[in-house]
Amino acid sequence: MSGTTLAGARERRVRTGGIELCVAELGEAGRPTVVLVHGYPDSKEVWSEVAERLAAHFHVVLYDVRGHGRSGAPVPLRGGFTLEKLTDDFLAVVDAVSPDRPVHLVGHDWGSVQGWEFATVKRTEGRIASFTSMSGPSLDHFGHWIKKRMTRPTPRRAAQLLGQGVKSWYVYMLHTPVLPELAWRGPLGKRWPRMLERVEKVPAGSGYPTASLPSDAAHGAWLYRDNVRSRLRRPRTDAYAHVPVQLITPTGDAFLSERLYDELELWAPQLLRRTLPAKHWIPRTRPDQLASWIGEFVTAQEEPGPAPERSGAGKYADRFGGQLVLVTGAASGIGRATAFAFAEAGARVVAVDRDAEGAARTADMARLLGAPAAWGECVDVSDEQAMEKLAARVAAEHGVVDVLVNNAGIGLSGSFLDTTTEDWKKVLDVNLWGVIHGCRVFGRQMAERGQGGHIVNTASAAAYLPSRTLPAYSTSKAAVLMLSECLRAELAPKSIGVSAICPGIVNTNITATARFAGVDEAEEKRRQQRSSRLYGLRNFPPEKVADAILEAVVRNEAVVPVTPESKGARWMSRFTPGVLRALARLEPRL
Amino acid sequence: MTRDDLRGFREVQRLAYACAEAVAAQLKPGITEREAARMQREWLRDQGVRDWFHLPFAWFGDRTAFTNFKIPLQFFPTNRRLEPGMPFILDAAPIYKGYTADIGYSGSLGLNPVQDRLMSDLRVHRDLVLAQVRERRPLREIYEDVERLMTRQGYANRHRAYPFGVIAHKVDRVEERRWSPTAFGFGTQALKGLVGDALHGHREGWSPLWSPYKFSDHPPRPGLWAVEPHLGFRGTGAKFEEILVVTDSRDPEESAFWLDDDLPHVRRWAEEKAA
Repeated sequence: MSGTTLAGARERRVRTGGIELCVAELGEAGRPTVVLVHGYPDSKEVWSEVAERLAAHFHVVLYDVRGHGRSGAPVPLRGGFTLEKLTDDFLAVVDAVSPDRPVHLVGHDWGSVQGWEFATVKRTEGRIASFTSMSGPSLDHFGHWIKKRMTRPTPRRAAQLLGQGVKSWYVYMLHTPVLPELAWRGPLGKRWPRMLERVEKVPAGSGYPTASLPSDAAHGAWLYRDNVRSRLRRPRTDAYAHVPVQLITPTGDAFLSERLYDELELWAPQLLRRTLPAKHWIPRTRPDQLASWIGEFVTAQEEPGPAPERSGAGKYADRFGGQLVLVTGAASGIGRATAFAFAEAGARVVAVDRDAEGAARTADMARLLGAPAAWGECVDVSDEQAMEKLAARVAAEHGVVDVLVNNAGIGLSGSFLDTTTEDWKKVLDVNLWGVIHGCRVFGRQMAERGQGGHIVNTASAAAYLPSRTLPAYSTSKAAVLMLSECLRAELAPKSIGVSAICPGIVNTNITATARFAGVDEAEEKRRQQRSSRLYGLRNFPPEKVADAILEAVVRNEAVVPVTPESKGARWMSRFTPGVLRALARLEPRL
Repeated sequence: MTRDDLRGFREVQRLAYACAEAVAAQLKPGITEREAARMQREWLRDQGVRDWFHLPFAWFGDRTAFTNFKIPLQFFPTNRRLEPGMPFILDAAPIYKGYTADIGYSGSLGLNPVQDRLMSDLRVHRDLVLAQVRERRPLREIYEDVERLMTRQGYANRHRAYPFGVIAHKVDRVEERRWSPTAFGFGTQALKGLVGDALHGHREGWSPLWSPYKFSDHPPRPGLWAVEPHLGFRGTGAKFEEILVVTDSRDPEESAFWLDDDLPHVRRWAEEKAA
């Protein structure tokens, strides 16, 4: 990144309503135009990371809102920041940069509040092609939202009202005269960058926030004073969006409740929802994801045609659409079902397995289910070098993995004294080292990118369920469970979640391929068949485990037992471990 | 089983498939499962069908994969409405001139690439079943091999949801009566035959139901089997159902064969191969 100015930006000044706006352009002018509008207390540089990524494919336009950055401020300030005037500014900029083609509007925070105004008033019709909104509701919708909850306050509605009321504390502060200006020009302005870094996890340096922050923030207070009270008191009743809207909601936003958008479909008939586990300043913390979602949305509007119907049809499509998901052990069982579930949510899927044919088949079917892209990779997870190579290849060809599912595992049954060193090596190599390699190579990439991610490790109910028949397997899985817990602690500050899944008895082919130590081949075959039949009778489908995995990622859960027996065992291991120890002595007859 | 008998069974099976194709061609968005089932019933009635092995079924959308089916009552047609792109399955089992058929017909309203793939992938199951029956392998093992193949393909075995989890059941000639009532959707005459077979079989160590359980651990029993492998893939299901003839002939070709090779799904596979 380039510091205060955007690298390679062409600047121009646009006159409107007696002031001059500072407009920057990136990318080829002939391409579709994307206009990025910043929020409060920011200037256009808040978009620098996103703009840089979008510039490769689009004509990117950024401008400093009046009173911010290097744009002029209205005199007097009071009454100079009404949404009507901001709409004039927007139209002036659009007429200057894209006189004959409608533009794609993107707004963050107050930029999005303005964006909603632009996208819902009559006079912009035909000038906007699409609108991507993040962290900034329409004041009119907000007004109706409050009214609805005030007039018929059910307990739930009252709680929602109260929740947002608390989150809006800064709005009340900004309405006090003079004090906010003094604070921003004084100590708050000085400490703000550090606060952003500490509380909001905005990466330091890279020329953001700019030196104009104190005056931006002081002027910007009038955005609130000029609009909030009047609009909330008398919200427009015709605030319907006349363009397709993409709503990106960060789930960790400290200032806006997700509930604000509950009935947004009523106001924006063509609405696409996206959710992101992040805090308020996503243009700084998640530029990759934003650039890809904006790019996708803009392209879809530019090339109308039969949109991929099934794409993003599944549950959680708002969360995983377009993300890169890598699943190991994806040629069968839980891994394959997980790959399919992510595919159904519109994710790009890398299916890894040592069974090349099975992995390819998984990728093939994943595309059919709605994955925009899917690849099969033949890699043995226990092979460190192969995993390193895979990580390098995936990063080069498809980008950094957003969700990693370390699922590959093998079964081994038999008493400890019957288990040979070879057996131990084999089971630990796949079940434990496979997970370690996966976490190491892909976790490092995630951490270095610094834009979050999630790691799911498939442990087992055997991780906390002692048994005389599964000593090696249980040991490997217990290690995976603890590894996940430790890793979760380490990666939390980088907003990378780690979950351990403990499925329990699930009908997969793990029984048919399991090794039974201490018996001859015929007996092993018989036991494989017998245990497969028993697992078949239990008949818990791997699809349900896959659903639990997606849910674990969405909710960032630490340990997830899936089947009832797995949940029961977890409960017993905590509260009645003695009973489990007694049960561990039983030897089930196969 | 005489040549005439086989001709009779073939005739009713073709009639049933003709019915399914005729009804499928009339399906429109908004039609309910009940309506589709009634259309089959009326079409077959008009052709002279008076008795049923079971009354026609129709499943739409994710009900083609028996999603969340817990009890057999859920098989009966509901008020689920057909939407564009939705998969559907029609399943009818008419008895005509004393001969029974039981067929399953999968399709979709407009394009459905997922179900298309499922139907293509069903081809190998038809070959597998025939090959293994000719080898006289125990039915239970054939069942498990079919299930393994489904798993390898990435699908779930959904015929497990049927009563007793059957992949097939025996069908037979049924006496023609003036009054032929049904109970729980099944023709009482046909049920009587099935129960009789079950009792006989129980004594002799075989079963008219081809299931994953111990009572199916026997070589294929001569007779007519309505085979219905049913694939499920995340809310989309597909099946075919047709009669497999098993004889006690020593010649492998004669020992088992599909009653008819001129059926919609078989023609479809032939076209795929040609393309």
